[in-house]
Amino acid sequence: MDLSAVAFYVFSILIIGSAAVMVFAKNIIHSAFALMFTLAGLALMYALLFAGFVAVTQLLVYVGGILVLILFGVMLTTRGYFEKVKTRTVNLLPSTIFVAIIGVLLIAVFTTTEWSTMPLEDGEVTMTGLGELLLTDFMLPFQVAGVLLLLAIIGAVLMASSARPPHQPPQAEQPDHPDEDPKNIS
Amino acid sequence: MQQFLESFLPAGPLVVFVFSIIPLMIILVYALFAIWLERKVAGHIQDRLGPMETGGWHGWAQTLADLVKMIQKEDIVPAKADRFLFKMAPFIAFAASYGAFVAIPFSSGYIGSMIDVGVFYIVAITSLLSVSIIMAGWASNNKWSLLGAMRTAAQTVSYEVPVVVTILSVIIVTGTLNLMEITEMQTGNAFLGFLPSWLIFHSPFMVIAFVLFFIASLAEAHRVPFDLPESESELVGGYQTEYSGMRWGLFMLTEYADMLLLSLVGATLFFGGWNSPFGSFMDGPVWGAFWMLLKGMVLVFVMMWLRWTLPRLRVDQLMNLCWKYLIPLSFVNLVLIALWEMIF
Repeated sequence: MDLSAVAFYVFSILIIGSAAVMVFAKNIIHSAFALMFTLAGLALMYALLFAGFVAVTQLLVYVGGILVLILFGVMLTTRGYFEKVKTRTVNLLPSTIFVAIIGVLLIAVFTTTEWSTMPLEDGEVTMTGLGELLLTDFMLPFQVAGVLLLLAIIGAVLMASSARPPHQPPQAEQPDHPDEDPKNIS
Repeated sequence: MQQFLESFLPAGPLVVFVFSIIPLMIILVYALFAIWLERKVAGHIQDRLGPMETGGWHGWAQTLADLVKMIQKEDIVPAKADRFLFKMAPFIAFAASYGAFVAIPFSSGYIGSMIDVGVFYIVAITSLLSVSIIMAGWASNNKWSLLGAMRTAAQTVSYEVPVVVTILSVIIVTGTLNLMEITEMQTGNAFLGFLPSWLIFHSPFMVIAFVLFFIASLAEAHRVPFDLPESESELVGGYQTEYSGMRWGLFMLTEYADMLLLSLVGATLFFGGWNSPFGSFMDGPVWGAFWMLLKGMVLVFVMMWLRWTLPRLRVDQLMNLCWKYLIPLSFVNLVLIALWEMIF
């Protein structure tokens, strides 16, 4: 067994182990941090397969962006910082049946597929080549993805700003003391 | 460098080991020096002397004494803290910072890995730092720690945008992400006959790009005026409030390593990296390491200087500065640099 095979198994154990922790952890913050190890392990796996750009993008987008947002969201939305956010197990029977069916299907696919291995081709995918392809052959998908992301950003800003209209002064129509009726005073 | 090591070391893992801990040695020696320097700079800016006693000459051994004190301190974990995450956070923080040094060309003879994605990798791996700070802040089970961690998350995610856009505007000029190749492009003294052909002299917009990069990198390194994650006066110490002893020391080391990292990236992108400012005079791999570290240290010194000059921003001012000034400016600057490249 050569070094890259050892690395492959170590990273696999890291990914599967942390994914299991993520699913079974009762505390949602523990799940989020376990997810970090799963995503970073995937990045290591890409790096092992000579896909440096994909590995770095995985790290930047998922660990640096999405995971931080998940953590931020969980911490901000829970009532009270120190109340531990617990998850509980529901719908045990249907989910077991569903998982069993999916498991059987996956194993069936895995055993019946003819896996062909290819020798490693020389020459890493360079950033220059990737950029040129994106701006020539794949121009339309690239632009469409960009417009889609822009729409998502505008939508998010709109939703965030409509929750709290900025022009209304807060508590303008409410009396200072809720017990007193303002008409009685005047 | 690898051949040089193989000439006197037995081949195999030992060479790789020595090869990969060279940046660690640089960081450790630098941190000892930089913490002492920070105290001296602070002292002299405030018209006092700073440490003078320990070790004799200008208190040079002050940091060493602090280190010994920190190592023998008790490792305290708060009773209600999340033990596992609390203990793990400093290590992830330092690993993220140290991992980024792989792509830094310390001299023409030494770079950890000639990866194609270079500076993009540095941006990506340092994002682990904010995750580890959130981990530390949450696991401490302390109001101030958590507030510091939340500020870090917001600050790092926001200020990553101007950093990446200014780096992108340099990439437009160089056409490569590999920091070694970027440095090699800046060799020579072609500009105006005597100025080194560093990228900062490439066009007036590069100066703007550098200023934007430096401001944003101050925020990325959590330095004053952007040190809200650990502001002592309001949050006691932010995410590191509950840490003591060597675990706190690791956070301190990470912070200083991060300063050096961003300064070295700035030096490589804008100030010619390991190139000598005098053309072929004082050139070569060893002088290269000297110039690289000197340029980095100058930027680190400016960071210290700013720390004792400027007051801290408020949270809303921090966000305003980033989203209303730095990001639009950096995008406009990106377009201008691209136009300059097209015309000239």
